Amino acid sequence: MSLLELENVTLKFGGLTAVDNLSFSVEEGEVFAIVGPNGAGKSTVFNLISRFYTPVNGSIRFDGHDLLAEKASSVASYGVARTFQNIELFEHATVLENLLVGRHRHRGSNFLTELFFTPSVRKQELQSRHFVEEIIDFLDLQAYREKRIAGLPYGVRKVVEVARALATDPKLLLLDEPASGLSVEETTDMRWWIDDIRRQMGITVLMVEHDMGLVSGVSDRVLAMADGARLALGTPSEVQSDPAVIEAYLGKAS
Amino acid sequence: MRIVFKTDYMQDLRPWKDGYQLSLYLILIAVAIAAPFVVDAFFLGELTNVLIWALAGLGLMVLTGHTGQASLGHAAFLAMGCYANIILIEAGVPFVLAFPLAGIITGVVGMLIAIPALRLHGIYLAIATMAMSILVDDIIVLTEPWTGGVGGKYAPSINVFGLMIDRWGTPVEFYFLTLGVTILVTLGYINLLRAPLGRSFIAVRDSEVSAQAMGVDVARTKAISFGVSCAITGLAGALMGLFAGAFNNETFSVVISIQLLMMIVIGGLGSIHGAFLGAIVVGFLPQFLSIAKEWVGAVIGGSNVAIPGLEFGIFGLILIVFILFEPMGIYGRWLKIRTWFELFPFYRKDMFKRQKSYLKTERLR
Repeated sequence: MSLLELENVTLKFGGLTAVDNLSFSVEEGEVFAIVGPNGAGKSTVFNLISRFYTPVNGSIRFDGHDLLAEKASSVASYGVARTFQNIELFEHATVLENLLVGRHRHRGSNFLTELFFTPSVRKQELQSRHFVEEIIDFLDLQAYREKRIAGLPYGVRKVVEVARALATDPKLLLLDEPASGLSVEETTDMRWWIDDIRRQMGITVLMVEHDMGLVSGVSDRVLAMADGARLALGTPSEVQSDPAVIEAYLGKAS
Repeated sequence: MRIVFKTDYMQDLRPWKDGYQLSLYLILIAVAIAAPFVVDAFFLGELTNVLIWALAGLGLMVLTGHTGQASLGHAAFLAMGCYANIILIEAGVPFVLAFPLAGIITGVVGMLIAIPALRLHGIYLAIATMAMSILVDDIIVLTEPWTGGVGGKYAPSINVFGLMIDRWGTPVEFYFLTLGVTILVTLGYINLLRAPLGRSFIAVRDSEVSAQAMGVDVARTKAISFGVSCAITGLAGALMGLFAGAFNNETFSVVISIQLLMMIVIGGLGSIHGAFLGAIVVGFLPQFLSIAKEWVGAVIGGSNVAIPGLEFGIFGLILIVFILFEPMGIYGRWLKIRTWFELFPFYRKDMFKRQKSYLKTERLR
């Protein structure tokens, strides 16, 4: 069984069909990329999986659970973490605090134990910190640990977002344009990190990305979308040479 | 320059950074305990007043400063706490039970009100809560058999484990009662802030979508925040009623709500220090103004002329000056001054300037 399965998912905003009868599945342990021109519905697919939107029909199953039966805040508890295209960090908190919010789904304490900060809460907080520190080491964020997000450069914020998603200890990581706006070096770093996330941590990655160098470098399979529908699905080179994909990007040769 | 070397994760979990900082807070508490034996009765009353305001400020700080939900209706919760406390005492419940109960009742009511109100954002929530503040005034009049309506109520002397405490009869004991409650609430607040709940408040404040994606239930978190905020405000209201001695439907007017919000903006949103610093300004300003007025009157003649609205005019002016020049409040200014001394002579003017990011539209929240 696949880790994530989307079946005949359709989403409409008024008269616009944003996602049109889309089906695909992501296997455990792979890096799966979604490409397509602007407005193809790639980020919308992410928002559907995160349950920010509810499709008009179709089903989304993750790890045997029907995600459509859950609310947005419960998706994380099954092990789905995500980043955002336009960076949605907690601006007025430090990097460390941002990552610790990622531990929220592992919270075993309640209001009263936290009010008195009982030894069990202390233990939980120390464990969270240990986990978060490993991610800080993994993504080389040591220098920024106590900096506020509001003063950080764009490239670092992008990495912090990945770190925060990893802090939830997910099974599936959704990366929405992880390399957009990054320099060549930063993109290369990101490429190695995505590779390591898959190989060392065993986390399945689903990403939306425009940088074809990154896509063909790390992904096992690629889904090309246009106008909310599936154009092609296969290995990066298969998709890149698919005539329908070339047409969607460049137009028809007359 | 003082650098704190961190060698242990516990250093980040403790409420204080190092022994130096801890000793400063201990000195502050020692000064607060010694105060009644140094200052006269008038100043002690003022000090008690400031502490009660600080407590109310802490209540609003949870909601507005840390969860990012503006409320212009917190006077309603002050009233609720005040009336609940007095009605329970009059029903024969001992103060040591009635007081926390008043907080819990206010908190639960606040949480219930929050459930419909939290569908609203930003300015709309502020308007809705303001409407509630006005409504409570009428409700107090309508429920006259319990609340005494326009005629109001008088606060009785309270009995704390056999010790009679009264604002006028035993001001020192009343001061210690207020101080104790304030310290306990502050400690609880600090505990929440360093635990997952406090972080989820901040997460909801800064980005609701990503809080949701991290598994934070936004509606629930907001409701809890409303509940905690109202409970603390209720406690402050109970003390305020005892301090005032007599109160009616007009004691907790919308003006008090606005003053509360102003207080935490002036003090510095999103910090516990801010609530206290704001309370000092709001608590002492009326006295300072009347002293200043006398002094000015003595110099230019025409001594005690009543200038209607002077106090609110000055309040408004201070608020505008803060929003324009120091949006981070007094606490933010203090941080800058401290950094200046710590880094001397390497302080840069733009050190605290926020980096402008043009990625996201500046949303009105």
